[in-house]
Order: sequence, then C-alpha cells, then structure tokens
Amino acid sequence: MSYVAIADRDHEQEHHDPQTFITKYIWSQDHKVIAVQYGITAIFVGLIALSLSAMMRLQLGFPDEFTFINPENYYQFITMHGMIMVIYLLTALFLGGFGNYLIPLMCGSRDMVFPYLNMLSYWVYLLSVIILVVSFFVPGGSTGAGWTLYPPQAIMQGTPGIDLGIILMLVSLAVFIVAFTMGGLNYVTTVLQARCKGMTLMRMPLSVWGIFTATVLGLLAFPALLVSAIMMLLDKTLLTSFFMPAISSMGADPGYTGGSPILFQHLFWFFGHPEVYIVALPAFGIVSDLLSTHARKNIFGYRMMVWAIIAIGGLSFVVWAHHMYVSGMNPYFGFFFATTTLIIAVPTAVKVYNWVLTLWEGNIHLRVPMLFSIGFIFTFIHGGLTGLFLGNVTIDLPLSDTYFVVAHFHMVMGVSPILVVFGAIYHWWPKITGKMYNETLGKWHFWMTFLGTYAIYLPMHYLGFAGVPRRYFAMGNTEFLPESAQDLNAVITMSALFVALTQILFFVNMIWSLWKGPKSDPNPWDATTLEWQTPDHPPKHGNWGHDLPVVHRWAYDYSVPGYDDDFIPQNVPAGKAPAGRGHGGEH
Amino acid sequence: MTIALGFLALILATLLGWLLKQTFNAAPWEMEVVSDTAHFGPLGNDKSKLIALLGLLAVVSSFFALILSAYALRMELGDWVPMTEPQLLWVNTGMLIVASGVLQWTRNAAVAGQESRLLPGLLVTGILTLGFVLGQFVAWQQLRNSGQFITNNPSNAFFYFLTGAHAVHIIGGLVVWARATFKVILGKGEAARIRRSIELCTIYWHFLLLVWLVLFGLLLQT
Repeated sequence: MSYVAIADRDHEQEHHDPQTFITKYIWSQDHKVIAVQYGITAIFVGLIALSLSAMMRLQLGFPDEFTFINPENYYQFITMHGMIMVIYLLTALFLGGFGNYLIPLMCGSRDMVFPYLNMLSYWVYLLSVIILVVSFFVPGGSTGAGWTLYPPQAIMQGTPGIDLGIILMLVSLAVFIVAFTMGGLNYVTTVLQARCKGMTLMRMPLSVWGIFTATVLGLLAFPALLVSAIMMLLDKTLLTSFFMPAISSMGADPGYTGGSPILFQHLFWFFGHPEVYIVALPAFGIVSDLLSTHARKNIFGYRMMVWAIIAIGGLSFVVWAHHMYVSGMNPYFGFFFATTTLIIAVPTAVKVYNWVLTLWEGNIHLRVPMLFSIGFIFTFIHGGLTGLFLGNVTIDLPLSDTYFVVAHFHMVMGVSPILVVFGAIYHWWPKITGKMYNETLGKWHFWMTFLGTYAIYLPMHYLGFAGVPRRYFAMGNTEFLPESAQDLNAVITMSALFVALTQILFFVNMIWSLWKGPKSDPNPWDATTLEWQTPDHPPKHGNWGHDLPVVHRWAYDYSVPGYDDDFIPQNVPAGKAPAGRGHGGEH
Repeated sequence: MTIALGFLALILATLLGWLLKQTFNAAPWEMEVVSDTAHFGPLGNDKSKLIALLGLLAVVSSFFALILSAYALRMELGDWVPMTEPQLLWVNTGMLIVASGVLQWTRNAAVAGQESRLLPGLLVTGILTLGFVLGQFVAWQQLRNSGQFITNNPSNAFFYFLTGAHAVHIIGGLVVWARATFKVILGKGEAARIRRSIELCTIYWHFLLLVWLVLFGLLLQT
C-alpha cells in the first residue's frame, strides 16, 4: 500500500493532539468523538420519542384504560414524538453522527476542515436538545400542535402548550438550525477540499455521496423552517399577523388580522419535503455500501446511483405541495405537484433496481448489517409504493386524514432509515469501538424488529382504508367502523410494545460488546473503503498516522477476476495483489 | 414561492455545472491513474475558508429569498397597506456603501502589503458599519414614535423582520471584523492570515450590501 507524506502535517499534529480526558472526550475536536457524541445524544432523545409512541399506542389500543393519558397529553406525545424522530434523531444521527464519522475517514482526510466549528456544532445541537427537553417541564407542558405546528391552532387557546411550550419548540428548532448550518458547511467543505490524493468525486463511496447531497439539501431547506419559526414566534409573542387570520378565540379577539395559515404550510413543507430526503439520501448511500460489501459484489450502476442521488435531491424541492392537497388548491397546481411527485419515483426506482441487481448472483453473507440492509429494501419498496398512491390528488384526498398516511410515512421514513441506522451501527461498530458484538443476538434483534414493525404498520393500511382517522385521541361515535378495527388497534399496540422492548437486545449487545466483547479484526468484513485501512484500529486522532493514504481505485473492487482476495482496498495500486492477511474472501 | 424556486434553480444549476466540470463522467472502475486532486493538505486552509464562506452566503441567500417569497405571497392578501419608510434609511444605505468601499480599499492595501493602511481602513469600516446598525435602530425608534408599530400592518411587520434579520447578519460580520481588527492593533498573527480574514470580510460585506440594496429597493417599491 502506498501513502503520501504531508510534511507540514506532523508539525501541526504534535500541537493538536488532545492530552487530557476533557479535551479528548468532552471538548473534543476529533470528528470521531464528535460523531459518537452526536450519536449518543440523538439515540437518547430517540428513546424519549420511542416511549412517547408507546404511550400513544397504549391509549389507541386500550382506550380509557390508562387514566394518566388525557387528550392534552396525547397531543403533546404525538407532537414531540414526530419532531424528535424526524429532526433531533434522524437528521442529527445521519449527518452529525454518520456524516461526522464517515466523511473524513472515507475521503482519507485527517479530520473535518474546521474541527473547532465541528465541536461547536455538537454543543449547539445539545443546547437545542436541552431546550426541547425543558419544554416538557414548563407550565402547560410541551406543545401539542402536531409536528407540523400548523397555525392558527398551534398558538390558539385549546391546544396544549401554547404558552412556553410552543415558544421553546420554535427556539429549539432555530438553535438546531444554527448547529446544523455549522456542521453542514463543514461536511460540504471537507468533501470538496480535504479528499486525499486520488480520491476523485467518482471514486467516493456512495455513503459520502448520500451524506454530501443530503447536507446540501439541508443547508438550502432548513432556512425555510427558520423563516417560518421566526415568523410564528413573532405572531405568538408580538401579535404580528404573518400567518394568523382574523380569528376569535373563546369569544375574545386576540388581535390578529388577515394572515395566511397556508403561507406557513408552504414555508414548512418547502423545508419538510427536502427533509424527507435529508434523512433518506444518507440511508440510500449507506445501504448501497453495506449491500455491496456483504454481497462481495460491486454496486450495480455506480454512476447511475450518483446521478439518482443528485436527481432526487434536486426534485425534492419541487414536490412540497403534495403535503397540502387537502388545504385546497388550484387543480393545475395540484396536477403539477402530482406529476413531479410521480417523476421522483423514477430515480428512486432506479436505486431500488440497482440494489436488487447488486444482490443478484452476489456472494451474499447474511451477517447482521446485511440483514438490516435487505430488510430496508423491503420496507422502502413498501412505503415507496404507498407513496405513489398518496402522490395522486384524487387518492390522497380521501386517505389523507387516515391511518393509511401514518402507515405510509412510518414505512418510508421511519422504519426504513432506522433499519439502515441499525445496519450501519452493526457494520461500523467494530471500527468505532474495536470490539465485536454477539452476532446471534444481533440477528434476533433484526428479525424481531423487522417482523414486529410489519405487524405494526401493515394492519394500519387496512385501518386507513376502513376510514380510521389519524390524530384522534379516541374514536368516539364512529359507527362506520367495524368493531374489529379496535381489535386490530389492540394488536398493533401489542406489536409496538414488543418492538420497543426488543430494542433492549440491541443495547444489551452493545454494552456487552464494550465491556467483554472480543477484539475485532481491523477489517472484519473485508471491505474496500478507506476507513477499514487505517494504520490504527480503532483509528486515532488524525486518522492516518504519519502519511495520508493515496487512492488508486473506486470503492467497489469486490470479487475482481484474477485476484486471490475477493476485495481490493481503495489504496492498493493497480496491478498489485492485495496485501493478504490470510483470511480473504470465499470464492 | 417563485422567488425561492428561482433562487434554488440558480444554486442547483451552479452546483450541477461545477459537478459536470469534475471527473463526473469518468468511469471510475476503469480509472487506474492517480490524478492529483490537489485537495489534500493542512486542514482549514485558505481555500476551505473561502468555500465555507460561499456556502454560508448560499444559506443566507436562501434565508432571504424565502422571506421575500413569503413577502410576495402575503402582499397579495387584502389587508396590505404600504408603509412609508423613514428618510434616515437613505443615510444608512450611504454609510453601508461607503463601508463596503473602504473595506475594499483596505483589502487592496492588504494584498499590496501596505500594512500601515490596514488599521485606519478597518476602523473606518467598523465605525460606518456600526453607524449603519445604530441608524437602523434609530429608524425603528422613529417609526415607533410616529405610531408605526410592528402589529399595525403586515407591511410593517415585514419591515421590522427584514431589517432586523439583516442587522443580525451585519452584527455577525462585525464579530469577525473585531477579531481581525484586534489582531492588527495588537500586531499579532501572521500578515497572510490577517490579509485572508480581511479578504473574507470584504466578500461578506459586499454580499450584505447587495442584500440590503435588494431589500431596500423592495421596501421602497411596496
């Protein structure tokens, strides 16, 4: 393997190596530590959101059995569950967590280009999380406006948390956006500026492509959320009328005049739809690398995959109004957005075909990361197909307020990205910690989670067709629903609790691995990408020891004819046999 | 939302054009030659800072383009009454233009190595820019004294929002300006690094001037 010396680096390195526990693990500027900090914080708030969903399911499955859940709480649970899962868990985990860990290692650089800014990004993110969590404990509790925070109800009497709850929510979002912007500029600049010698754009692993494109989307789309959050804050605190129409509240006139709630919806979804892809594109990228590595085959149609990521990213900005069909709109406007929505299915389908074709005749190793990746293909196709239904105005109108939509978006942007998150954690765990986990326990975790989530969301499609409305605390007098709908709801709740408890397996496995797990091989999956070729395992501060790697090939040289091993790392020069470590791949 | 979409189309077209100029059409599985990407080297170098700044400008532009989109949509509703802007805004605009010019002059001096001009140039820039921010604040006071509060009308609300958001960005710039100026006063830091900070500040100042001119023009027109 060949490396290039970066003379002036060593000098810097000596001065910047962290010495104390605090600079090493707390105020750390090392991208790997920051990635873990992001990951732990995101998973922690994710667990809060998971328990909120369990509470919601308890009420839905067994109405009025649990007296501590009242309608106000229920709406607070819905709101905080959605907001935390989409923004504070998935966005932060994929970009702040995996983005931070993978970009410098996969691109062959020492760190992010602005390590200090990177550290700041995490601490500002943590601040946003703290503000969010504080909102649970203020008088009136957290906001119950739904994760979309639609005005006028978000700040009107009758909605829980209209005092401090909604204000803290909006402030927390603004702080999060500041944190994301700091991190995002760093990720983009690092990809553009700090790739090692030979790492051309088209040699980058698809994980980096997915994270990079998602970051660009985030940088351009989050300002829309910021604008709407600030304007709503002004409407709430200073009584401006950006979004608030002339309205009377409990017989009193709060003083608003002629604002437009629809304007909020436009701004919100101008952010909200790209947000779906901010979460999905990193998942697409990571799953491509996982499939290729564990099927011992190059990714099918690499260039097409890159183009598809970029096309999806661009198109994601012109489909936002498909979330607003029920708000009433010019039919031509709806037609336009239905068309763009269906067009975005084309590059997405290209990706799905390419994943399946990557598996075709591959040497498939059904290890834990691979199981989660294949599981993702199932849930993503499932959620994607129901998306084609809902993208059409005429089908969306009757289904929009039913459980069909809940099933759709949980399949496509809840379960699917989470399966990739688990796959990715199982895949990179040995690199991050240097330890192996229990494979059998991991497989149990997969099967119970995968089948369990199907048991939750598949029946929801039927409930939706039957007309069970979403967002309702209780069904009340809905005579058109058969009694079996309630039975199904009880089953769904049982499955949800089962899946939630199953996650204990994951944490037990990981804690056991840290504590007593066997040491892992530096490259346990025989992968080609640079992060597996680091001189230290796990990689130390500065990643590459004395010399930066030089890249000679793309990231997908698996099972190349004429080579002993079934993989050739990216930093192996042309014509040279890979450095054998005695346990190459099967042939 | 047309404004925001137009802006986005511009940004995305720029990115796409840039991508196409890269090795984008190469077949990566065939390439064996190590081409020098010239991207490796010390972290946080000058080029990286420039790229990060340009990225930031894209984010800030997106922010203002979206406010303008909201402005255009809100204006169409029935209750919009155009607001008369205080005359003081012309003076403020003048100050910001001169500040931008002086900073450009300072930058040219820094590039030419005329270090004696840096401090006066930076100080004049800072004073004029602070003058702009204070002037905006005084304009707010004048409006309030004449009974033009933020709640009177959506055009008022947008006026306060736009000028406030712009002023916050200027203040952010002043923080970076203060760092550079202190370095010059204390005589610390390499000349090249100071030159670089001044160059980046200059880009930011010109950008915010441009944003202000667009906003001011729009506020005057509507």
